[in-house]
Amino acid sequence: MTTPLLEVRNLRTHFFTKAGVVKAVDGVDFQISPGETLGIVGESGSGKSITAMSILGLIPSPPGKIVDGEILFKGENLLHKKEKEMRKIRGKEIAMVFQDPMTSLNPVFTVEKQMVETIMTHESLTKKQARARAVELLQLVGIPDPSQRLRTYPHEFSGGMRQRVMIAMAISCNPSLLIADEPTTALDVTIQAQILELFKQMQKELNMATIMITHDLGVVAEVCDEVMVMYAGKPAEFTNAKEIFTNGKHPYTTGLLHSIPKITPEKQKLKAIAGQPPDLRHLPQGCSFAPRCSKAMERCLTVDPEMRQVGENHQVRCLLYEDEASKKAVTT
Amino acid sequence: MKTLLEVHDLKMHFPLKSEKWFSKEKPVLKAVDGVSFSVRKGETLGLVGESGCGKSTTGRAILKLLESTAGQIIFKGEDITHYKGEKLRKLRRQMQLIFQDPYASLNPRKTIASIITEPMKIFGIPKEERRKKLDQLLDVVGLNASHKQRYPHEFSGGQRQRIGIARSLALEPELVICDEPVSALDVSIQAQVINLMEDLQQEFDLTYIFIAHDLSVVHHISDRVAVMYLGELVEIGEANEVYQQPQHPYTQALLSAVPEATPDREKERILLKGDLPSPQNPPAGCKFHTRCPLAEEICRVKKPELKRVSEDGQMAACHFAKEVVAAAPV
Ligand SMILES: Nc1ncnc2c1ncn2[C@@H]1O[C@H](COP(=O)(O)OP(=O)(O)OP(=O)(O)O)[C@@H](O)[C@H]1O
Ligand SMILES: Nc1ncnc2c1ncn2[C@@H]1O[C@H](COP(=O)(O)OP(=O)(O)OP(=O)(O)O)[C@@H](O)[C@H]1O
Ligand code: SF4
Ligand SMILES: [Mg+2]
Ligand SMILES: [Mg+2]
Repeated sequence: MTTPLLEVRNLRTHFFTKAGVVKAVDGVDFQISPGETLGIVGESGSGKSITAMSILGLIPSPPGKIVDGEILFKGENLLHKKEKEMRKIRGKEIAMVFQDPMTSLNPVFTVEKQMVETIMTHESLTKKQARARAVELLQLVGIPDPSQRLRTYPHEFSGGMRQRVMIAMAISCNPSLLIADEPTTALDVTIQAQILELFKQMQKELNMATIMITHDLGVVAEVCDEVMVMYAGKPAEFTNAKEIFTNGKHPYTTGLLHSIPKITPEKQKLKAIAGQPPDLRHLPQGCSFAPRCSKAMERCLTVDPEMRQVGENHQVRCLLYEDEASKKAVTT
Repeated sequence: MKTLLEVHDLKMHFPLKSEKWFSKEKPVLKAVDGVSFSVRKGETLGLVGESGCGKSTTGRAILKLLESTAGQIIFKGEDITHYKGEKLRKLRRQMQLIFQDPYASLNPRKTIASIITEPMKIFGIPKEERRKKLDQLLDVVGLNASHKQRYPHEFSGGQRQRIGIARSLALEPELVICDEPVSALDVSIQAQVINLMEDLQQEFDLTYIFIAHDLSVVHHISDRVAVMYLGELVEIGEANEVYQQPQHPYTQALLSAVPEATPDREKERILLKGDLPSPQNPPAGCKFHTRCPLAEEICRVKKPELKRVSEDGQMAACHFAKEVVAAAPV
């Protein structure tokens, strides 16, 4: 195995609010090697974006704080870096496409100004060269008439075009790790396919690693090598992208797979997972999915399951698989 | 079924800064360029198409958040195209928008309670009623009553989207234009919200225009589907018909590109060649001809009109789509 580019160990990011402690990320582990794509899927509010922001050192503090864990990037713990050092890493080494383009683009400056500035912070280019690079990047992400479009303001772009501007800015410095937080939600499927293709190409040419946060399981099937499914701040399941579809084990994972609408002539009511996502301030005792789980047993209400190995490169946090896991532990 | 909304030849052109300051010609960006369709009371019309093709702009023009350049908008039999002042204000109560961008649309300095009740306040609904309605709405969209006094930044993307939905439904509108209402949601919450929207539709006889990129979601929720390309409608019809027998090559390409949640994809994807043309200088003839796998000489010179392509009223704008003459009305 190659040495991982990024290794996250037991990451815990909590928010200390007046109404209590929000355990937004509460024990996340994963690693990713150069050229690999890790998908993170999961409940809305389960801590996917906060995991990403923690890696980049962008947790607003207060109220947020990384209370435990290690984030090893190229062997160095990012949690020990000073803000000044992090600023150099952000954008250049690790780039991020944020989930909300409008809050990360400044509405009062033209797209040109913002792109040129970003490019010039990390590369020694003249303004003219940086502009040419910006044009080239916008072309890559499929914005028509880029030279003219550069001079306009973010609000003059459509939702999907803004998202592509963000993508263009993120890839402008050829990062070794790209964290893309729902990068294609605002894109139609043909442009989405084009963007995913672009990521793949960068991965091949630059050996770039990607963390793809998405709720589109179709995207997972198409581009990810491995997936982590999150629920209430913790990984619920971790395995390779094929296995999750053919042999997904956690009841939350299977619930997700069943919730996807299928294009069939007869329309049926969608099978949503019943119940509401938990309040992260008052997590239930036992398994945090238990109140919504159709397979919950008595024990699930009291015992908080650990992540267990249930196959080669397949881990599940669910009491249903406890036996399976202990059998394996005995035989191996 | 009664027609609730009619849109005739709607155009929305945005002026652009001229590239050469001395040039007399004022360049415009033709975001929406002659779109006509109608929506029946109680139905859902899905609106899909390439990013930047003018879907949100069409929605905003219908809601009169933008002053359209040309065309006519008829709501409940009345021409509302030039409504202003008090008339427009009253109209706003009957038409609501669920925004594409849940971040930008929620005021960061207001609590969830005041965000959701604000539209009711504007329309003078008494406090007691507002409070009751708030609890009901929170429950309906799956937010906890304990969330009321929190601020938008304390919520995840999906949670914020539900706040937006609650706000839009507060005034019990007749027409709701939903601009990517579920794209920020994970599939299980998405399924809940869609089921919820369907239930609300049944209960209150709501009419939806549903803009989205997820084609399986659009198919699921829509009675009819309209497909746009570069500011124009290229196909419209019953959802099943459009999905099963798409007649326009753009619709065909779009449907072939849907990513599937299976590890082994079998479907062949129709790749569109070439770049998306600019809405400032759209191609002559059929706007799709620069990327169309079927394009021939006629496509470069003559613009295809929307024509009827099925017994059930499916329409497509392509020279090579077979026209079906409507049966004589009985
Ligand atoms: N500043 C904050 N103060 C308090 N709680 C916060 C703050 N920021 C985030 N949270 C909480 O942390 C949790 C995780 O949020 P996060 O944005 O990571 O969710 P997510 O998995 O990305 O969800 P989505 O799919 O909806 O984007 C949420 O429950 C959210 O309410
Ligand atoms: N206020 C504005 N000023 C100038 N141009 C605008 C303005 N609003 C939209 N446009 C342009 O109009 C075109 C259509 O935009 P619109 O937002 O309607 O697209 P859309 O179909 O909703 O795309 P998406 O799927 O990406 O949201 C785009 O080229 C956009 O840049
Ligand atoms: S009219 Fe021509 S270019 Fe346009 S869609 Fe049909 S075949 Fe393609
Ligand atoms: Mg998020
Ligand atoms: Mg839009």
